[in-house]
Amino acid sequence: MRKIDVHIVADKIKQLLLTSNTDLPQDLLILLKAAEQREESRLAKFMLEQIVSNAAIAKENQWPMCQDTGMAVIFVDIGQEVHLINGDINQAINAKVAEAYREGHFRNSVASPLERVNTANNTPAIIHYQIIEGDQVHLKVAPKGFGSENMSRLYMLNPTAGAEGVVNAIVETVKLAGGKPCPPLVVGVGVGGTVEKAALLAKRSLFRPVGSPSDDDKLAKLEKTALARINDLGIGAQGVGGITTALAVHIESFPTHIAGLPVVINIQCHAARHAEDVI
Amino acid sequence: MKVSLPLTKDTVRELKSGQIVYLTGPVLTARDAAHQRLVASIASGEELPIDLTDQTIYYVGPCPAPDDHVIGAAGPTTAARMDKLTIPLLEKGLLGMIGKGPRSTEIAEAVRKYRCVYFIACGGAGALLARNISQVETLAYADLDSEAIKRIEINNFPVIVAIDSYGDSLFA
Repeated sequence: MRKIDVHIVADKIKQLLLTSNTDLPQDLLILLKAAEQREESRLAKFMLEQIVSNAAIAKENQWPMCQDTGMAVIFVDIGQEVHLINGDINQAINAKVAEAYREGHFRNSVASPLERVNTANNTPAIIHYQIIEGDQVHLKVAPKGFGSENMSRLYMLNPTAGAEGVVNAIVETVKLAGGKPCPPLVVGVGVGGTVEKAALLAKRSLFRPVGSPSDDDKLAKLEKTALARINDLGIGAQGVGGITTALAVHIESFPTHIAGLPVVINIQCHAARHAEDVI
Repeated sequence: MKVSLPLTKDTVRELKSGQIVYLTGPVLTARDAAHQRLVASIASGEELPIDLTDQTIYYVGPCPAPDDHVIGAAGPTTAARMDKLTIPLLEKGLLGMIGKGPRSTEIAEAVRKYRCVYFIACGGAGALLARNISQVETLAYADLDSEAIKRIEINNFPVIVAIDSYGDSLFA
């Protein structure tokens, strides 16, 4: 067994939260700049120029790019040969999430669901654990703002709905969202499994380099079809009309029940913050 | 086009959907929780902690200010969430709103009826937009922290007229 201190795991997560909220990934920046160059709509260009210079200002000053620094969504994939030591991993992670949000001057955006009392330190984080083979711990972190999370949808399609049904669900979700979730979007899609499995697939798909196609040729083709139909909607950056409504569609799939076809569409705004590390 | 705040009814009449405008002057910040309190106060006939006459509300919940700044990242939040809580404020004289994204048809109609204006700023450009904010003072609901009502001074703050006082909408 490889022993790993939970505080080392928590410290890495803190660093990932600090950098992901201030530095946009290069893959995303390249697509945003290309969208700005390509755009013909005067108003969409006005918005895209601000998005691109905002990313530079945030990086240079180590400022959060958006005031919605999100709920801290964390995937911890733990090798089965790892023994986590020196305390409760949940407590250790949440303590470092609070530290990251305080030190980074990030907004505390977490509240009790009905009374709406702010927890004042942005915890609890949303932590997903998974056991994998090997003796490493893989960490993925994505601060998630709710302008875009609010526009996400679940469809329980008929098993016969097929690929067309899936693409229709994706396009409908983006159309209903319009300019609200801060387009240009990255659209994460989970197809199959159960309600929660589809949602996790959708969320995880957002960690792929933006615009990298699925390894599965059929899914890669669906991603392309869905992206073309989304950009035909003409919603454009911030909903002002334009040719780039989404930068990419990422689809992940899993076997499902003979009676159903769950589809979750997780909408991600242009500030598609994510970072990962391995211990 | 450059526009000074607070807005006047004459200025509002000149604004047309699709215009790029740079705003300078005082605005009030308020989002979900503050709207809920304001509307509850209006419903029970209480006096409001702020005078809304001719004011502009910016839908924003900023990040905490780093040491050498007056405010942290401060971009607009989704305006549609305020749709159900907006008309009572328009009745109290609110003249401008700054947010992001489309509004309901009821709000487009109300913007026409009350001869006011809805601007959009660039969502997700919080670091950039904060550079155009120079003063911050908390006016009410301090317990709401980032959601408190503040008066902030904005300077050449870039927005687009999204719904004008004639009811014309960029999103229609």
